[in-house]
Amino acid sequence: MSDTISLPGGNARFGSNSGQPMTRRDGVLKVTGAATFAADNHPDGMLYAVTANATISRGRVTSLNVEAAKAHPGVVEVITPANRPPLAITPEAKPYPFAFNIEVLQDDTVRYAGQEIAMVVAETLEAATEGARLLAPTYEAETARVGFDDVDSFDPDAVGVGAPPVAEKGDIDAGLAKAVNRISASYETPAQYHNAMEPHAMVAQWDGDRVTLDTPNQALVMSTGAFGAWFGIPPENVTIRSPFLGGGFGSKAIVFGGQVLTVLAAKMLGRPVKYALRRDQMYGPVGHRGATRQAFRMGMDAEGKLTALEHLTTSTTSTFEDFIEPASNASHDLYASPALSSRHKAARLDIGTPGPMRAPGEASGSAALESAIDEAALAAGLDPLEFRLRNYAETAPMSDKPYSAKALRECYAQGAEKFGWSKRPMQPRQMKDDAGRLVGWGMGTALFPAPMFQAKAKATLRADGSALVETAGADMGQGAWTALHQIAADGLGLDIAQVEFHSGHSGLPDGGIAGGSGHTATAGSALHAAGKDAIAKLTELAVNDEASPLFGAGNIGVTARDGRLHRADDPSRSESYGEILARAGVSELGGEGQGARDPSSAEEYAMFSHGAVFAEVKVDPELCQIRVSRLVGAFAAGRIINPRLAASQLYGGMIWGIGFALLEEAVHDRRSGRIMNANLAEYHVPVNADVPPMDVILVDEDDRYVNALGIKGVGEIGITGTVGAIANAIWHATGVRVRKFPIGIEALLAETSAH
Amino acid sequence: MNLSLTLTINGETREIVLDDPRVTLLDLLRERLGLTGAKKGCDRGQCGACTILVDGQRINSCLALAISYHGSSITTVEGLAQGGTLHPVQQAFIDHDGFQCGFCTPGQVMSAVGLIAEGQTGDDPERVREAMSGNICRCGAYMGITEAVIEARGKMSETKPEKAA
Amino acid sequence: MNLFEYIRPTSVAEAIAAAGEPGSAYLGAGTNLLDLMKGGVTSPNRLIDLTHLPDLGKIEQLPDGSMRIGALVKNAALAHDTAFSKAYPAVAEALLSGASAQLRNAATVGGNLMQRTRCAYFADPASACNKREPGSGCDAIGGENRHHAILGWSESCIATHPSDFCVALTALDATIEIEGAGGRREVPITDFYLLPGDTPHEETVLEAGEIIVAIKLPANAAGFAGHQRYLKVRERTSYAFALVSAAAALEIENGTITEARLALGGVAMKPWRSAAAEAALAGLSPTREAFEKAAEAAFADARPSGENAYKIELGKRVVARALAMAAAGTPERMPALPASPFASDTGAIAHV
Ligand SMILES: Cc1cc2nc3c(=O)[nH]c(=O)nc-3n(C[C@H](O)[C@H](O)[C@H](O)COP(=O)(O)OP(=O)(O)OC[C@H]3O[C@@H](n4cnc5c(N)ncnc54)[C@H](O)[C@@H]3O)c2cc1C
Ligand code: SF4
Ligand code: FES
Ligand code: FES
Repeated sequence: MSDTISLPGGNARFGSNSGQPMTRRDGVLKVTGAATFAADNHPDGMLYAVTANATISRGRVTSLNVEAAKAHPGVVEVITPANRPPLAITPEAKPYPFAFNIEVLQDDTVRYAGQEIAMVVAETLEAATEGARLLAPTYEAETARVGFDDVDSFDPDAVGVGAPPVAEKGDIDAGLAKAVNRISASYETPAQYHNAMEPHAMVAQWDGDRVTLDTPNQALVMSTGAFGAWFGIPPENVTIRSPFLGGGFGSKAIVFGGQVLTVLAAKMLGRPVKYALRRDQMYGPVGHRGATRQAFRMGMDAEGKLTALEHLTTSTTSTFEDFIEPASNASHDLYASPALSSRHKAARLDIGTPGPMRAPGEASGSAALESAIDEAALAAGLDPLEFRLRNYAETAPMSDKPYSAKALRECYAQGAEKFGWSKRPMQPRQMKDDAGRLVGWGMGTALFPAPMFQAKAKATLRADGSALVETAGADMGQGAWTALHQIAADGLGLDIAQVEFHSGHSGLPDGGIAGGSGHTATAGSALHAAGKDAIAKLTELAVNDEASPLFGAGNIGVTARDGRLHRADDPSRSESYGEILARAGVSELGGEGQGARDPSSAEEYAMFSHGAVFAEVKVDPELCQIRVSRLVGAFAAGRIINPRLAASQLYGGMIWGIGFALLEEAVHDRRSGRIMNANLAEYHVPVNADVPPMDVILVDEDDRYVNALGIKGVGEIGITGTVGAIANAIWHATGVRVRKFPIGIEALLAETSAH
Repeated sequence: MNLSLTLTINGETREIVLDDPRVTLLDLLRERLGLTGAKKGCDRGQCGACTILVDGQRINSCLALAISYHGSSITTVEGLAQGGTLHPVQQAFIDHDGFQCGFCTPGQVMSAVGLIAEGQTGDDPERVREAMSGNICRCGAYMGITEAVIEARGKMSETKPEKAA
Repeated sequence: MNLFEYIRPTSVAEAIAAAGEPGSAYLGAGTNLLDLMKGGVTSPNRLIDLTHLPDLGKIEQLPDGSMRIGALVKNAALAHDTAFSKAYPAVAEALLSGASAQLRNAATVGGNLMQRTRCAYFADPASACNKREPGSGCDAIGGENRHHAILGWSESCIATHPSDFCVALTALDATIEIEGAGGRREVPITDFYLLPGDTPHEETVLEAGEIIVAIKLPANAAGFAGHQRYLKVRERTSYAFALVSAAAALEIENGTITEARLALGGVAMKPWRSAAAEAALAGLSPTREAFEKAAEAAFADARPSGENAYKIELGKRVVARALAMAAAGTPERMPALPASPFASDTGAIAHV
């Protein structure tokens, strides 16, 4: 049974604490199968829940064969809108942060294909699965609207999570009028699905008016409030255990209907209930990256400097909730232009509500922007790197704020050097490999905000000089269990082996949201501050204790290092934590810390991670099959806590870039609206053979404003830049500019002759 | 209908009586025998998270009807480490950061063990990539996975010679 | 998945007798059957497990030089059998380009032959499908059909057969050994599969209860061993079904093609042998022009069944390339990426 993840010291490692490429501290658990994911839990008496999901996109359920399902051996209960017990709130109420209007069997309406329409609970998984099938729903269906052209677009009030839909500066038309060269181009990106390897799962067990939930969750403490709201119990009555997430990518931060129904079923039946989505059920209720259409107009003067950059996005959302992919915002902070316009429209379709998916807005926006910039460079007659350098933004173009730090020039230089960019011919179709395949080189700039949220942490020094640190953080693969642990040990001036780390449990201090690439910065700051607080209290004891070699050092100061406090002016005078505590007769000394952005620097500076990605692709000149053969990414993302883990995050993001550029697309049947490739065989994500040798360069960057530790994030930036780099490399290989993602055989075939 | 079967699981022979013929090897291990190392990523042979060894061969346990495997010998990720010492493949995955979230990892590790026994790849990264392509890693730990397989294969062939490719 | 009765026969005769009951299905490894049962596509009420039958797991060289492969031989075992892959390298290459290592380790050759189409509407019980439910219609027509057939389709069904293995077998004139209540018979693979016509639910000549016991490859097929390849164009580098594939085999004597074999995958509801292309090649020297001529011949009758006209052009290019690869000679060693256009990656880049 999973509980708080607690990791003692003692793993193989190369040195100590921050900056060191330690191997993952949860590594042994993960390679031995001992790491417990939500669906691995199995409390006594547990029942299995399986939902039936709608096969129409709009209309109502007219019948469910509940009798047939109940007659199946092992089926215990069938929950439908007709017998669903009451919940404390309605889906429209949304009384907690990031609440979406979700389906909890409130009525018989179907709003998208894949929506839950009933839940069957049984003694075995096999029985529940068959029970759900036997429901054989019938419907009254209305025409499905699943394509951009099926509906009129509208002007949204906000995009992404509460961002303004329009931002403008200068005069676009005037900028275009004075331009020497202009381009206008439109791109399309499809609906994409997170497809974390771990399907969403929940094991719920009640004890009176308290409930314990094993469920992968990117925001543990926040979610206790959400589940509390649904069941009319205080947040402290909800315990969420999420020691490991099998990938989240944004899809495990928002409560969805199936989770609420599982908790409800457990309550209704008085037994623990497990619900794990089937892979096909992950295409609908748990979010996706909405499709976009993006139109650009750019003008360049004689030197190749932008005179105008206009980026208009239309994003899809559902008919009942807004999550509008803020793709145009990718143009706010990257290329300097006196006239800048970014606007969004939205289209309501009969689809599940989109949501944040690894680099929401930035990924789609960057894919299109970096392609358009390549087209602009060509129009200006400039090498794509040179063009980007000429349009380098010294201050953030839309806000005019200075950057807190921006080592993008170094990224360009180091990446280009490693890749060999200077040998790139300007014209397309100039390179072949010795098997006759077309070879192309392309690049893109990577950009991602460096946000911070709110987090709390506790540190406790123990009598033996070791320590315990605690925060309800989430590790979905980014390496929190290692990086946060490293930071915490540094805050305490201890070797990591001396520090025990507890996380992944909602009963711990609120670790905030693992999202937006801000978790290490936020929870890390809290942990570091908690350690510092404990050390300050310890210092207080020592400097006031006549028996201590540190007595009277109050004004001079002490430093905490290797489990000892040292006088700042005379490091030879020191005393161990244990000795100080023992003499003071204190068995434990606690400190608390918070992580949040300093509001004044947030006001003053634009804060981003940057990078440059260089791609080589090979294209079979006749068969048009494409393969990425090389990727180099150079990224500047502030202080890197663990270079090994940071590189892995960046590789992962770049591989998502391969998927975005070449493979990923949910295909809806235009008539029924159903996604016809809602599986991993036909919705292609990259496999090992799609992934070439890659290089990641971690470019030094000292950012003094993002937070005291100088930490930005690396979780999402890798996908930005990469998509455009690959698209541009395909153009360079073939001379064909494909403006619809993913770029595949069919698109190239149409444009290439067999000779 | 006789639904009893004998399986040797991680070296231990077990008599199992099923109450339902539909149970797959994966669900048998995970839901009835408490061996939750093998993971369910798709349940349809499309991801490799459920990879286990049956009579030394890697297969997808989600598309294997348990009752049909009567008499087989099964190795799961729980059965790899010997007395607290990690299998060379497990150690290499840690050393090369061949995973992030770790959900695909039991399947990757078992697949790598199977791959090495098959002896078809040598230390050619391209052959390893192809041979590991039945294991999807959404986190994108493929570089580390490929390196780990090559390193573990090298270490293992120092001790036992690989069958000629 | 519905409840079913599980039967484990101990002889082929027992299996056949058990399969006499309607609603029975043979179980090989189950990598296709269980997949379809989980999807609610097929719901047999008894499974007859073939995997414990004796004597169906052998790969044997027969006295006449032909090779006989028992129906329970695993896809991977066959591909890695040294004698087999020497004699029929394109078959081994086709096998290794299919599915994944795990699936190939489990899957039986009999099951591979009998795997069902990957048409997404067939797999989706909420869609109309004449193959799944005769007379219900075909939602692939007018739907998402970029992967569908361009040869041999009908107004009732435009699906394709997904097997790679069978394409190479078809090129090399394999025969299928079948046993039923009435005894054993052999059917050439070219006659084994049925085109959809008005009865797309009838897919092969197997009668109810008949079982595939073996596949035979004729001795003379080995004559092509030096010049045979399988080429498979995919949307993903590996672990993907073919958009279009081709198995090509040539006998070349003194610079002239004496005999050619060509079969196509991903284009029709059966592995598509192209007699026209073969005839077009006989007597020609193995040049690009000859291969393009053969490619034109192979697709002379092709027509799109929806938004898939591109597959005709792609198919022609695949044929020309596969023939060129066969002419170049079977590689010494199985390529790192079997059947892939990126099969041999040498890496070096030249500016031209
Ligand atoms: C994700 C995925 C990807 C795949 N990719 C590919 C690919 O790229 N290329 C490719 O070719 N294949 C691919 N396959 C299909 C795979 O090759 C087949 O599933 C496999 O070959 C079936 O063999 P089996 O033994 O598991 O058959 P089963 O699933 O057991 O049986 C399949 C069918 O054959 C019948 N049957 C089995 N044996 C006999 C017999 N001896 N006589 C009569 N009938 C019999 C069964 O009743 C059933 O109808 C893929 C499968 C999956 C799941
Ligand atoms: S193409 Fe054939 S298999 Fe596909 S839906 Fe139509 S009838 Fe069914
Ligand atoms: S769970 Fe078996 S292959 Fe995905
Ligand atoms: S490590 Fe997360 S899916 Fe592979």
